[in-house]
Amino acid sequence: MAAGQQWVLVEMVQAFYEAPAYHLILEGILILWIIRLLFSKTYKLQERSDLTEKEKEELIEEWQPEPLVPPVSKDHPSRNYDVVTGPPSHKIIVNGKECINFASFNFLGLLDSERVKLKALSSLKKYGVGTCGPRGFYGTFDVHLELEERLARFMGTEEAIIYSYGFATIASAIPAYSKRGDIIFVDEAACFSIQKGLQASRSFVKHFKHNDMEDLERLLKEQEIEDQKNPRKARVIRRFIVVEGLYINTADVCPLPDLVRLKYRYKVRIFLEESMSFGVLGEHGRGVTEHFGVNIDDIDLISANMENALASIGGFCCGRSFVIDHQRLSGQGYCFSASLPPMLASAAIEALNIMEEDPGIFRLLQDKCKHVHKALQGTPGLKLVGEPLAPALHLQLENSSGSRTEDLKLLRAIVDYSLDRQIALTLARYLDKEERFLPPPSIRVVVTVEQTQEEIQTAAQCIREAALNILKR
Amino acid sequence: MIRADEHHLRNGTLKAHSDQKQQGSNSLKNGFHVAGKVQKNANGDSFHQPRVRGEDSFEEAPMYVAVLTYMGYGIVILFGYFRDFLRAVGLEKCHQAQEREEQKDFVPLYQDFENFYKRNLYMRVRDNWNRPICSLPGPVFDVMERVSDDYNWTFRLTGKTIENVINMGSYNYLGFAENNVDFLKTVAEETRQYGVGVCSTRQELGNLSIHENLEQLVAEFLGVESAMAFGMGFATNSMNIPALVGKGCLILSDELNHTSLILGARLSGATIRVFKHNNMQSLEKLLKEAICSGQPRTHRGWKKILIMVEGIYSMEGSLVRLPEILALKKKYKAYLYLDEAHSIGAVGPTGRGVTEHFGVDPNEVDVLMGTFTKSFGAAGGYIAGKKELVDYLRSHSHSAMYATAMSPPVVEQIIRAIKCIMGVDGTTEGQRRVRQLSENTRYLRSRLKEMGFIVYGNQDSPVVPLLLYLPGKVGEFSRAMLKRKIGVVVVGFPATPIAEARARFCVSAAHTREMLDKVLQNLDELGDHIRVKFSRRRPSHRQELYNETDFERDS
Repeated sequence: MAAGQQWVLVEMVQAFYEAPAYHLILEGILILWIIRLLFSKTYKLQERSDLTEKEKEELIEEWQPEPLVPPVSKDHPSRNYDVVTGPPSHKIIVNGKECINFASFNFLGLLDSERVKLKALSSLKKYGVGTCGPRGFYGTFDVHLELEERLARFMGTEEAIIYSYGFATIASAIPAYSKRGDIIFVDEAACFSIQKGLQASRSFVKHFKHNDMEDLERLLKEQEIEDQKNPRKARVIRRFIVVEGLYINTADVCPLPDLVRLKYRYKVRIFLEESMSFGVLGEHGRGVTEHFGVNIDDIDLISANMENALASIGGFCCGRSFVIDHQRLSGQGYCFSASLPPMLASAAIEALNIMEEDPGIFRLLQDKCKHVHKALQGTPGLKLVGEPLAPALHLQLENSSGSRTEDLKLLRAIVDYSLDRQIALTLARYLDKEERFLPPPSIRVVVTVEQTQEEIQTAAQCIREAALNILKR
Repeated sequence: MIRADEHHLRNGTLKAHSDQKQQGSNSLKNGFHVAGKVQKNANGDSFHQPRVRGEDSFEEAPMYVAVLTYMGYGIVILFGYFRDFLRAVGLEKCHQAQEREEQKDFVPLYQDFENFYKRNLYMRVRDNWNRPICSLPGPVFDVMERVSDDYNWTFRLTGKTIENVINMGSYNYLGFAENNVDFLKTVAEETRQYGVGVCSTRQELGNLSIHENLEQLVAEFLGVESAMAFGMGFATNSMNIPALVGKGCLILSDELNHTSLILGARLSGATIRVFKHNNMQSLEKLLKEAICSGQPRTHRGWKKILIMVEGIYSMEGSLVRLPEILALKKKYKAYLYLDEAHSIGAVGPTGRGVTEHFGVDPNEVDVLMGTFTKSFGAAGGYIAGKKELVDYLRSHSHSAMYATAMSPPVVEQIIRAIKCIMGVDGTTEGQRRVRQLSENTRYLRSRLKEMGFIVYGNQDSPVVPLLLYLPGKVGEFSRAMLKRKIGVVVVGFPATPIAEARARFCVSAAHTREMLDKVLQNLDELGDHIRVKFSRRRPSHRQELYNETDFERDS
């Protein structure tokens, strides 16, 4: 073997010596040419601008940008906020008129709880107000750890993580797990913070019809077929279902047992947003999992804010440590934002204490919800949207005038009419252009445990009168 | 050695009058109104003399440091693979939380590399972050002692506290993280009256009169027409930028911008281009190119161009080159979004941020953004500017529409802090603090440089990054400092470039000279011990700078 190869080598070297100079030069040039071809770009970049400096300056001179913001007309419905003076508790002063509050998400009436206030005050005395740092950089206080532990214990999960802003909670949690190329199945009625989380994740989003499990299953099946075509790709695409426990936009409950069934059949993880149902549904206020008796470990991640039932500020996620712990490095709203002021965390702890001590409060709330739901049935011209157990209902127009602005005006007139008669209501506000599926205009009616039978009757009566007076025209 | 982008370096020894001349010529060229706005603020006219505006400095480390740094990472990664191998064959116990049995056949939730980094690199030094504290985050705090029995996989609180640790980590620039009962009287009253929550959004029934008062005060403080406040600093960026720009718009963003700005830019749907940190040539090139060739493919002109910068960059301690950017912005008709998260309250002769620092009319900046978390010791953020801008945000901001309004006690804390800085509470305490901060900053910075540390950033920036470079030194530095009862923040990859791990000090007006001296003395010893004095600049030059500028305003 060796002899033959050696001979070839010798031959080559000899040939090299014997070759004429012009031949070597030619070959040398050819080699250089090949190297050049290898390293030069194979195509010419499109000549981007043959513009001379002068032409460039002219272009710059000519270019006129749009104004930074378009002008907002003075009577834009969202320009003029209602002004609340004093605390927004059961009795609320809106635009100078004292009313009964049917608009704030203070379901359990904990906003004006003396106990909560006292706890916040003692915390203020010890820690001051701000934390002056994110959790990583000395922004972790003993009260944060306590609150996380208490929330985990309350919900019956391994771990909980708190955020300093309710909106940022689910909006940060989704992109912490779901990345480009992953697939998220999401309900059409999902709230805005979920939508922002989806957008931030840059994943592939598939919407299914609101609470329509057949539609969801259809999408899952489609994906299954897709996966069979390309099994290698399918092995790395993560999939999630994102739903709300109790939808803020439609006031109804998600069919959680069906979702769990689909989860295991199609191997999809479930993220559940419970801002409306935490502290509302279930015997102990643990939300939809308790309401349906679903094992909480079957839900991969539960997120809720502490701004509604708990009447504090911030939000939390809870679930198994395997899932939740990841957010401590990857949840953007957690890592890169200052932590929750300790006094707000203390207030949330005390609110949890109250909830744990007296689970009767949830039954009371449920009774009120049913009561309100019943009282608002049959309001002329208005359609009540929502389930009897939902604490935040919507009143929509039965017959739309065809124009959203006109509808909003009519509904606003009903709100104003009620405000004059000491019932504080509000329109449900949406960013028309930003919502993926814009909900129809509606009046929000919020139930709290502080509302008495009489107040509920008065409110229902007032709304009925308003509807009669305003919608008749 | 100075980085290439440090053109026209002016050292800090420039005399005041020559600087005045320079400012004057600048203002002629760019049409700034140097006088005016700033002067109208009361007390302390003595601060309004033009100040020595130091350049940002980024000294480069010797070559061998970079080599060692990469080697360090190499070794850790090799060991990581080795230990992963041991874990795979079952010789090492894996402490990581595991997927549920029922879901083992699901697509894995995490990518492997991310986990590798966390498992094998972060776990070694994990004890240096998230240290829980159990006191006010003032100039000193109490750290809860924690130990790990399983090499940082889990921590156990021992129940003991390490008391009176000097706090060099919190963003408590003006010392408003305080619990003095007299100062907090109004905050306590608000808590008693309002409780802590609001339970509604600004657009619905969460618009309290105190929110409106706060917004007026912020506008007045900043010297602009109008302002709007939001409940979270991070969300102020990420939820308002999408309201300002969208498809067909161009965002020019500094490469070191904060995550919240990047997220906001991404959510907006606008095209994003990144220019080199504080590099005006890079920015101008992008601007020119953008206007001349328009949008990609269609070549339609851009609808608008928004330049996004920060006042003080939180990891570099550098100050934005505001006058130059304003000149460019005017020339190219772009808009400017200035994030003053770290600079508001912390720089400027009366604490009004970088605009005041550079003697620029705040109305020249289109969007002024800032947070209340840092200098004001509260939480939340604001956007301020022209009335049209704020009115537009009131009706189009995601935050105003969907997020719960700010907590009343927090609002009151901000009002109290701003009033104190403005001096409308009838004291000069606020101004004393602003002055103290500036003094402390220059003192700490110049002493650190003298000792031979590489310190990044501007001499006036209270964010002081001290370069450690080597991954092995990061953990040791932080632990050794805690042993000496000094709490510091260390940061490494991915928050910084891989070869530039650093410690970061945040100077506060509440730090006394004794505290700073103690910190400096310990740093000096530790710096020799673990050998992190990498600077090769001659100390005599800095001595001069320190003498001239530091005590200038003491009298």
